[in-house]
Amino acid sequence: MISSAMPRAQRIAACLRVGSVALLLAVTGCGGKTGPGSATGKVTSITVLDYYTDDPEHTQWGDLLTACGKTAGVTVEQTSVPGASLVPKVLQQASSRTLPDLLMLDNPDLQRIAQTGALTPLGQYGIDSSGFAKGILSAGTYEGKVYGLAPDVSTIALFYNKDMLAESGVDVPRTWAELQAAAAELTRPGRYGMAVDANATFEGTWQFLPFLWSNGGDESQLDTPQAAQALQLWVDLVKSGSMSKSVLNWTQADVHDQFVAGRTAMMINGPWRIPALNEDKNLHWGVATIPVPQAGQTPVTPLGGEVWTVPQNNSKARQEKAAQVLACLNDSTNMLTLAEQHFTVPSRPAAAAQYAEQVPSMAAFVESVEAARARTSRLGVKWPEAATGIYTAVQSALTGEQTPQEALKHAQRIATGS
Amino acid sequence: MRSGSRPVPDRCPTLRVDTGAEDGAVAAGAPVTGAAEEDDKHRKDRALIRARRWERLAQWMFIVPAAAYLLLFFGYPIAKNLVMSFQQYTTTTFYTGSAPFAGLQNYSKVLSSDLFPKALLTTVLFTAGSVFGQFVLGLAFALFFQRRFPLGRVLRGLLLLPWLLPLVVSGTTWKWMLDPDTGVVNNALRGLHLSSSGIPWLTGTSQALASVILVNIWVGIPFNATILYGGLQDIPAHLHEAAKLDGAGPVASFRHVTWPLLRPVVGVVLVLGVVYTVKVLDVILVVTGGGPANATETIATQSYELSFQQFEFGRGAAMSNVLVVISLAFALVYLRANRRARNVWEAVA
Repeated sequence: MISSAMPRAQRIAACLRVGSVALLLAVTGCGGKTGPGSATGKVTSITVLDYYTDDPEHTQWGDLLTACGKTAGVTVEQTSVPGASLVPKVLQQASSRTLPDLLMLDNPDLQRIAQTGALTPLGQYGIDSSGFAKGILSAGTYEGKVYGLAPDVSTIALFYNKDMLAESGVDVPRTWAELQAAAAELTRPGRYGMAVDANATFEGTWQFLPFLWSNGGDESQLDTPQAAQALQLWVDLVKSGSMSKSVLNWTQADVHDQFVAGRTAMMINGPWRIPALNEDKNLHWGVATIPVPQAGQTPVTPLGGEVWTVPQNNSKARQEKAAQVLACLNDSTNMLTLAEQHFTVPSRPAAAAQYAEQVPSMAAFVESVEAARARTSRLGVKWPEAATGIYTAVQSALTGEQTPQEALKHAQRIATGS
Repeated sequence: MRSGSRPVPDRCPTLRVDTGAEDGAVAAGAPVTGAAEEDDKHRKDRALIRARRWERLAQWMFIVPAAAYLLLFFGYPIAKNLVMSFQQYTTTTFYTGSAPFAGLQNYSKVLSSDLFPKALLTTVLFTAGSVFGQFVLGLAFALFFQRRFPLGRVLRGLLLLPWLLPLVVSGTTWKWMLDPDTGVVNNALRGLHLSSSGIPWLTGTSQALASVILVNIWVGIPFNATILYGGLQDIPAHLHEAAKLDGAGPVASFRHVTWPLLRPVVGVVLVLGVVYTVKVLDVILVVTGGGPANATETIATQSYELSFQQFEFGRGAAMSNVLVVISLAFALVYLRANRRARNVWEAVA
C-alpha cells in the first residue's frame, strides 16, 4: 500500500492518513460491525461473548454454539474472557456500542445489566420461556420481562471423603448438629473436619447462603435471629477447631485443593469440581445435600448458572439470528448434553427428572436445584449491596471482631446503604 | 570534494546586500540612501521577526507531543475522575451515557461510611510501616554492598529479584508461605519451638496487617537499596578518608559524613516511597484481599472495590480522589526536597 519508492515525506503523510483512519474507526467504534452482518445484508455470522476460558469447557461450548449456529444458518465467532473481567468488558462494550450479538452473563449480574437497557427482552423473538424452573427464570427476569435463559444450572452441596467417614464411623451429616459432631469427629492433627469458602468476596457470600436460607434467614433483613444462628454455626465450627481459620482466605478452588490433599474430610463446593475430583483415583468421594437446621427440612441453596442474552444492536437481522441460537442452546436435548458434560442440572424440571435417572450421582444436585433460589430473586439490582454486607459479617464474626448479632446488624446497614 | 578549493558559501546574503547599498549610496545621494537604509532595516527586522516566530514555532512543536501526551494520558483521566466523582455514575451510565450530577453526595457517602476512618488508619499504618521498614533495610543493604567482597556484585544483583518478579507471583508465594496451617513460616516456627500453634498471619486481624506490611517491605527493599546505593556512590571517597585521618570510626563517619550528604537522596527516597506505598493495591489484593474483616482494607483497595466490584464508579472516583490529594501533598514535598537536594549538591560541588 505504501510503496518504498515514495519520497519520505509523502510516505510519512500516508502513514499518518492510514493511522488517523484507524483511529477514527476505533473512536467511532464501527470498525468491526461493518462486514458480513450489516443492517441490510444477509447475516452470515454472529459474535458471542462468554467466560468459558478453560478447556474442555471452552471447546464444548464452542462446539455447541457452532452446531446451533449451523441450524440458524450462521457461523459463530466465540470470544471468552476470564470470569472477573466479563462485566467490566460488557460495560465497556455497552458504552462503545460494540456488544456481541449473543452474550452470556452470570445469573446474579443479569438484572443489573438489564437495568442499563443494554439487553432486549426475549419475548420479542418469540422465545418460549415456559417449562423452565422458577428459580432460574426469576434470575433471568427484570421488571416482568425475561431477558436471559440458562440451559443448565448448578448449586452447591456437601462433598465428603468416603474413606475418612468410614474410618471414623461417621454417617453423612443431615442436620447442623450432625454436621458439627461429624466435623469434630473427623478432625485430626493436620486435618480438619470441614471446609467452606468464607472469603471476603461474593463467592464467600454464595457459600453462606444455604445456611442462611435453610434456616429461614433472608437477605432483605439480615439482622434476624435466623441469620445469627446460621452465622453462629460457622463460628462454632471454627472455634471448636473443626474448621480452619484460613477459611477466611480460601476461595472455592482452595477449598477443593484442601479436600483433594486430604486436609479436610468434608467441604462445600459445586459440581464443576467433579471432573477434577474424578481424576484422583485414590480419592473416594461422595456428595450429599447441604445439612439443614432440623431433620426433615429442605435445604435452600443459591442457584448458579449462566444465562444467555441478546444485547441491543442496530441490526434486527443479527438479533433474530442470535435469538435462534439462544433458543437452540436452551432446547431440552442440548440441556441434557450440557448437563452431562459439566455435571450441572438441566433447567427444565422435566429434563432434570430424566437426567437424575440417567446420572444417579447427580441426584443430590437435582434435588437441591429444585428448591434453589436465585440470588437476585428478592432484592434484584440491590443484591450486590446485601452480598457485600453478608461476606463482611461472616468475616467479622469468624475473626472474632464482632458477635454474629453485631456483625449482622452492621451487614444490614451495608445492605441498605445507610 | 576538496573543501579548501571552493569558496566558502555565503551564509548571510543580507550582509552582502548591505554593502552593496552602501557602495551605491555615493552616486545616488543622501535621501535615497536613507530610504534604502530604512527599507533594509525593515527587511532585517522582518527577517528577525520571522526567525523569531519560526523559533517560537519550533519550540512549540517540541512541546506539543509531550503536552498532548500529558493531556491525553494524565490530564484527561484526572479530569474525568474528578467529574465522575460528582456524578451518579453507575452501570447504567455505560449504556445510556447519562450521569446525573450528584454534587458532593459521593464524597459525603464515602467519607461518612463506617469503613473510611478504619481504612484511613490502615493506609497510614501500612504506609508508615512499609516505608520505614523498606528504608532501614534498604539503607543497611546499600551500606553493606558498598564494601568490596567476593560475590558482592552477584549478591547485589540478586537483591533486585523482588523487583523483577511480577507482584501477583510474589504475592501468591507469600500467601502460601504465610498460610497459618500449612505455610512454611509457621512450620519453621513450630519446628524451632518458637510457637506451638503458629501465628495466624493471614487470619488474625492485627497480624494480617503486619503480614501485608512485611510483604510490601520485601517488595520495596530493592528500590530503596538501589537509590540509596547510588547516593552513597556519589559521596566523594576522599571525605571518608579525611574523616578516617581525623580519627573518626565507622559510626562517626556515617553520622557526620555519609548521613548529611545522603540526606537529600533520603528525602527523595522517602517521599517517593510514600507516594508508591499509599496507592499499593496488588500486594494487598493478592495476599489478603483486604480481609480478614476489612483489617487490611486501605483507601486504595476500597476505591477499587467500589468501582470494580460494586460498580459504584462515582463513589469509587471520590475515594480515589482522596488518595490523589494525599499523594499530591507528598509530591509537593518531594518537589521541594528535590530542590533542596540540588542546592546541597551544588554547595558540595
